[in-house]
Amino acid sequence: MQPDSSHVLSATGIDKIFPGARALNRVDFSLHRGEVHALLGENGAGKSTLVKCLTGAYARDGGRIVLDGADIDPQSTLEAQNLGIGTVYQEVNLLANLTVAENLFLGRQPRRFGLVSARKMNRRAKALLAEYDLDIDVTAGLAAYSVAVQQVVAIARAVDLSGKVLILDEPTASLDAHEVAMLFRIVRRLRERGLGIVFITHFLEQVYEISDRITVLRNGGLVGTRATADLPRRELIAMMLGRELVQEVAGGHGARGEAGDVRFRFRGFGRKGHIQPFDLDICAGEVVGIAGLLGSGRTETAEILFGAERADSGTAQADGRALDLSSPRAAIREKFGFCPEDRKVDGIVGDLSVRENIALALQARRGWARPISRGEQDQLADRYIKALDIRTSDREKPIRLLSGGNQQKAILARWLATNPDFLILDEPTRGIDVGAHAEIIRLIESLCEKGMSLIVISSELEELVAYSSRVIVLRDRAHVAELTGSAVTTDGIVEAIAASAGRVEA
Amino acid sequence: MTSALKAYAVRLLPQAAALAVILVMVSLAFPGFFRLEMQNGRLYGSLVDILNRGAPVALLAIGMTVVIATKGIDLSVGAVMAICGAVAAACITSGHGLATTLLITLATGILCGLWNGILVAVLDIQPIIATLVLMVAGRGIAQLVTEGAILTFNDPGLIFIGSGALLGLPMPVVIWLAFGIAVALLVRRTALGMLIEALGVNRRAATLSGVSTGVLLIAAYMLSGLCAAIAGIIAAADIRGADANNAGLWLELDAILAVVVGGTSLLGGRFSIAASLIGALIIQSINTGILLSGFPPEFNLIIKAAIIVMILIIQSPRAQSAFAFLSRPRAEDGKTEQEAK
Repeated sequence: MQPDSSHVLSATGIDKIFPGARALNRVDFSLHRGEVHALLGENGAGKSTLVKCLTGAYARDGGRIVLDGADIDPQSTLEAQNLGIGTVYQEVNLLANLTVAENLFLGRQPRRFGLVSARKMNRRAKALLAEYDLDIDVTAGLAAYSVAVQQVVAIARAVDLSGKVLILDEPTASLDAHEVAMLFRIVRRLRERGLGIVFITHFLEQVYEISDRITVLRNGGLVGTRATADLPRRELIAMMLGRELVQEVAGGHGARGEAGDVRFRFRGFGRKGHIQPFDLDICAGEVVGIAGLLGSGRTETAEILFGAERADSGTAQADGRALDLSSPRAAIREKFGFCPEDRKVDGIVGDLSVRENIALALQARRGWARPISRGEQDQLADRYIKALDIRTSDREKPIRLLSGGNQQKAILARWLATNPDFLILDEPTRGIDVGAHAEIIRLIESLCEKGMSLIVISSELEELVAYSSRVIVLRDRAHVAELTGSAVTTDGIVEAIAASAGRVEA
Repeated sequence: MTSALKAYAVRLLPQAAALAVILVMVSLAFPGFFRLEMQNGRLYGSLVDILNRGAPVALLAIGMTVVIATKGIDLSVGAVMAICGAVAAACITSGHGLATTLLITLATGILCGLWNGILVAVLDIQPIIATLVLMVAGRGIAQLVTEGAILTFNDPGLIFIGSGALLGLPMPVVIWLAFGIAVALLVRRTALGMLIEALGVNRRAATLSGVSTGVLLIAAYMLSGLCAAIAGIIAAADIRGADANNAGLWLELDAILAVVVGGTSLLGGRFSIAASLIGALIIQSINTGILLSGFPPEFNLIIKAAIIVMILIIQSPRAQSAFAFLSRPRAEDGKTEQEAK
């Protein structure tokens, strides 16, 4: 592929080899002036690696990169930035303790008599952000603003510094719908100014909303580059997964029939300052979904059910027998399991192997004096690596080297190994790719069929609707509504959240 | 099992190689270094001397390894040695029997560890600060016990622990070898090792997985206290008296060094008691080697530091990745072969 003049950036035959693995295999990627180019693929497909090769964070092992007709070979992100390639990451890489203006001009503050001129800097910062319709106090600390505003500041800084190519790595992962719309307005305006924009995300709706072309990677290789308008969604998913998924989300399973008798019964269960007392009944073989906005008490509900925070009121019973949920250890003894929301902080034990991570909860329950033999651990790990299709070169690999979706599956395996009766999943599909996403949903359904009781917390309403027989809606740290049967629809949930909001405000 | 054994050998290789190099270097400077003699049913020689002199640091390193694996550190072990030496001397001179004396002394060490453990696990104080308290206060406590003097004793049983011999080896060697093997077996034959590593890498994730992290943490510091107590008894028995000011002075730093030379990260997680023990021997070999080679004593600390810097450079992540790079072609061939099948 010869670079032509409409390309602002073109990369050909990029190779990247890590010890023991080929992360990129002769990948071609080209970016036009004034286009939004979505870079898609499952976790571990090589998106991040490609971006890191383009921005100089990694040294590539082969291929050439041409920017504006000239070969470049950036050795660091700073060099790439100076050449014109700016990057904004999901976790905003700015300094939260400095002011907005300082963040924008860090390292290049306007000077007067050799001293930083705060007045000039603030004026220029204000002018710069005005281009993004952002009218905020630039002398306030960055931490005072929402992630969305921080993201815009990061974009403003990157565009101001670089100005040719802007790479957005999952910029919308922690934004709400309104903020996404604001971000997209800005992206469109930058596109009109002729920037080439690379957009990485897991949200396919957003891809169709904003992108002009799509490049799909799979297992480190290029699957293809297509115009968004000519690529139906199903075909895109097939490109990403390399197989036709029967249905993207297992929609239509809907509220399942009447479940059996109530198995777990919580009455007046709550903790001051965390979640107001609530009643909850769960049958065997039932999935109860929990919906609500961020901060509504979803995670708090999970934590007191699992004993991570001790309940200070109410009772818990299983089949009429009182349960001890005073600590995670006690809850595990009652055959509870909990996949936490923040996988990296609360879930994985990064330096330990996949095998040890899978065996951990079972071993903890058996106690230190009754070790699971190495042979049994190997069998256990192999069984779940196979059953859940955890992609790892071998079971002794430290789990921190796995991609997000595979880490999540390993944490699920940790709990399945304890053969729980009651499993709490907090955002089980957050930040993982489409393939693993569908697999986890299938897994939830099959666990439920085997008679396990599940509580699933998710911000993806379609997903909740797909597998939940009931959905509990939370607001302001209280359980405010419960939808059952045919009322379990995305519209119904949204309405319940909105209605309860109205009621509280009224 | 053989693969596990192989992994074990690979883990210990750098430390074992460093020890071998140092021993060979010393033997070049001091030809009689490897000579061993049997006299009166007991082995004599420089190697035995290293094992014997290294006993306190080796013992401290056992407990320190486990504490460091939990992402902690125990600065108080030197002071606890002094306390325990003083308690042992005070007990034996006030007419208690040997068994009672040993029991009381070991209990004192465990109690010191319990104190540290509660500060760290229950009150959530940073380990370096929590154990600093006892490091500072410990020598004061020891002086109170000895009433400011060096408390000497003549009990043959207690002295035997410091200078007796069993199976041809000096008692201190027998004690640290036996204790080291016992603790290593305890953590590796049970699930303790894995649970401690999980706790050290990610305490919250371990707690949420049902690991009793609080109990494990306290137990780790109690083990460290027990090790310090045994080391304190040996140090006191060796000089037949308790010296509150100098017993175990700065040994906490040698113990930490032994663990680090043994390749256990101060960030917690993976640990190896055997590697730490080799680390302790490396430090003692350097000490003994410098003396035997006849260097002027003022060079000792500098030479010791230089050798340790070299060992740490070899173990540094940068150097490790360089080694990995050098050995890469072979590893990749092996992989492609497997894949071809």
